Amino acid sequence: MKNTIAERIYDFLKNFPPFDVLEKEQLFKIASNVKVTYIEKDNFVFKQEENPHEYFYVVKDGAIGLYRGMDNEQILVDICDEGDIFGLRPLIQNDLYLMSAKATEESVLYAVSVEILKEIIQTNEKVKKFLIASFSSNIKTPYAKGTNGQLFANIEMHTSNTSFTEIQSAEFSKNPVTTLKTSTIKEAAQIMSDKRVGSILIVENKNPIGIITDKDLRSKIATGLVSIDESVTAIMSSPVKTFKQKITVAEAQIAMIKNKITHLCITKDGTTHSELIGVLSEHDIVILHGNNPSLLIKKINRAKEVTALKYIREKTSNLLLGYIEQNIPITFISQIISEINEAITIKAIELSIEEMDKEPPVKFGWLALGSQGRKEQLLMTDQDNALVFEDVSPDKYMPTKQYFLQLAKKVTEKLNVIGFEYCPANMMASNPNWCLSLSEWKNQFDTWIKSPTEDAIMMCTIFFDYDLVFGDKKLVNAMSDSIYDSINSFEIFLNFLGRNALRNPPPIGFFRQFLVEDDGAHKDQFDIKSRAIMPLVDAARLLILSHNVKDKNNTISRFKKLIKLEPKNEDLYLSCIDSFKILLQFRTNQGLKSNDTGRYVDLNNLNKFEKLKLKGCFKPIAAIQELLNIRYNLAQMM
Amino acid sequence: MISWFTYNNYPFFWKQYSKKFKQKQPKSIENTRFVVLDTETTGLDIINDRILSIGAICIVNNNIDVADSFEIYLKQAAFKAETVEIHGILKEGKLTKLSEADALENFIDFIGNAVLVAHHTAFDIEMINAALKRMELPKLKNKTIDTGILYKKLEGKKDSHFNLDVLCEEFNIPKHDRHTAAGDAFITALLFLKIISKLKKERNLHYSDLFRVTGKEGLL
Repeated sequence: MKNTIAERIYDFLKNFPPFDVLEKEQLFKIASNVKVTYIEKDNFVFKQEENPHEYFYVVKDGAIGLYRGMDNEQILVDICDEGDIFGLRPLIQNDLYLMSAKATEESVLYAVSVEILKEIIQTNEKVKKFLIASFSSNIKTPYAKGTNGQLFANIEMHTSNTSFTEIQSAEFSKNPVTTLKTSTIKEAAQIMSDKRVGSILIVENKNPIGIITDKDLRSKIATGLVSIDESVTAIMSSPVKTFKQKITVAEAQIAMIKNKITHLCITKDGTTHSELIGVLSEHDIVILHGNNPSLLIKKINRAKEVTALKYIREKTSNLLLGYIEQNIPITFISQIISEINEAITIKAIELSIEEMDKEPPVKFGWLALGSQGRKEQLLMTDQDNALVFEDVSPDKYMPTKQYFLQLAKKVTEKLNVIGFEYCPANMMASNPNWCLSLSEWKNQFDTWIKSPTEDAIMMCTIFFDYDLVFGDKKLVNAMSDSIYDSINSFEIFLNFLGRNALRNPPPIGFFRQFLVEDDGAHKDQFDIKSRAIMPLVDAARLLILSHNVKDKNNTISRFKKLIKLEPKNEDLYLSCIDSFKILLQFRTNQGLKSNDTGRYVDLNNLNKFEKLKLKGCFKPIAAIQELLNIRYNLAQMM
Repeated sequence: MISWFTYNNYPFFWKQYSKKFKQKQPKSIENTRFVVLDTETTGLDIINDRILSIGAICIVNNNIDVADSFEIYLKQAAFKAETVEIHGILKEGKLTKLSEADALENFIDFIGNAVLVAHHTAFDIEMINAALKRMELPKLKNKTIDTGILYKKLEGKKDSHFNLDVLCEEFNIPKHDRHTAAGDAFITALLFLKIISKLKKERNLHYSDLFRVTGKEGLL
């Protein structure tokens, strides 16, 4: 009997993995049992922690965003578009949904019964491999991403069962050791010794109210600060940080780094007002994971010499590689890598100060510039930095400046040894031009803003994205204030900055082709940095400056802030955030693959999916450039 | 009212069909079985033209269920060459074809007491009723929804009257297999889901809102 509709669905599915490797009859059986469903923009297909449906989904039209909730924030983990499958893992592993699926545009989905697929898995080895690979790497279509070699590597990783991915739920210790708040410190310590554990939880009605670790006993008891006969409440850390059972390793690591703690409590509903069911310690994670970021940071803090830092920075590159391979959300990755880079820089500064004959004569601030300042630096790039020091009387100026120049020279040398190469344009604190007193900086910015030549604008785009890495916050705040004062007194500056933001046109040309470089060493390659990433960075900076917002130096957090300031443009800014994340990930991938900065992409090496994904990022770029054009009336200035 | 005598003379399938309407039917959109259908015909004349094919697919709980679909082609006594270019069904094609009576019996079994949905329902229903009449059977008993009229319930669309092609454009529905009964039924099913979804967004949509209040003003 003819079945036109099933044939049509068959024709669609056969183009996408894993359906492309199915036998004709197998796929036709799937196609004739599909349920077609329509979902409006912003509606959920399923929510995190829900029981799995009987079906998994294939996107026919539209796009579905996969979100993971964390700290009351919904983090976009992935976007599925035409031909992508999602919601399959929980069905096979009999688990709850680990993510929410929400339509980011109106979508038509094909729901495929997992029962039919299970039958097929029994007989079709290729499908089985595809699915195993999908789960272990958590990428939607491994076939589209790399060669078969990588795919098999993934399978080995998975089946060896010793590998561990950050998206996996973290294994925590059940039956944690507890005591009541009426216990004395001595009693608690006795329990800890008996059970040979490094921490004990204080519970009240089964809810965790505090924690005592070995460290507390060391620093508060052994030092004689508190008597061992006092109540445990005297030394416990309270309140504790609580999480739900489903916390992933990546989330646990970030929570520990963020809160500077080593133990997380797992409670029934994830709040402090529910029953304690386990403890996740840093140690649990370390056992599972060799390249551990919080461990790396600890090592950095303990480092006595530069070579140790160099070693750690190399470890970080491995960590990055692992994260990218496992497709960990790029916002997580950049957070962790930035933290590590910052810790390394701080240590390099501390070591340098120790080497100086005397302490710094006045307060100063060490600034990271450019992508490091924006905390978007993932690959090893050049160092861009600057130094600001407190104003001193004219007679003391020269010696003070000499001191900081000498310090900066030591720091940049160390960073160079560690692996951050010298900036070819000499934009470093060791350059007398960029090692200035507060009033000199104020004048410098004022000059740039009030005579916005092309060079001056260029400088602004680099220096405006500064981030204090080490030193005095007040100095930097004073600098920021003066920049806003200058801009407010010379508003046309924003138009110049706008013109600069538009210097790279939307990267899609006529007939929707990529614009590639016309000549030079990178002829026919696509410059992902200046054609796609910088337009978004520039736009975010300009718009946030126009709102007089300080302390927002990161492109994603700038767009997030802009959404709050201009709710009417929410959709545009959200799409800019998505694009930016994808581009950053793309560039990092490229850089790791070709062992360079990842700036130039050879389009011939991209497959259809990658090209589509990349192209998808360009729409928001065109849209935001259009907005700048109108808002700053830039057509007239061009 | 039909007399007991007449009823007793109806074929088994029709008795089964009639029985299904004595059961209590769900009164919510989610629990109702909708059968979205389309017919291809030799023309627009209810008396003289004939059904060439019927395509239908069912919707339950906002899901179009491909496994619960229907596609049938009818043998033709009368054949009009001029409409072949629209529907593409030749008098002697490769498709398996059934007699009108067999096709209708299969169709009646398939639809049961579902709510019938079509774009400009009145025409399809009249064509089917005419065929039933030739079999000496009464008219269809099912409730019906016209997506053309349902569309007008959307805000600002009161006086609009559009054919399926225009609505496909507006609702961004790819026009695959247009002018095959099954293809059009599937397109109409997507259109139905999208209109319902929009209506739900605009207001608190009840099951009874789906059915037109006034007479049978269709396309005819």
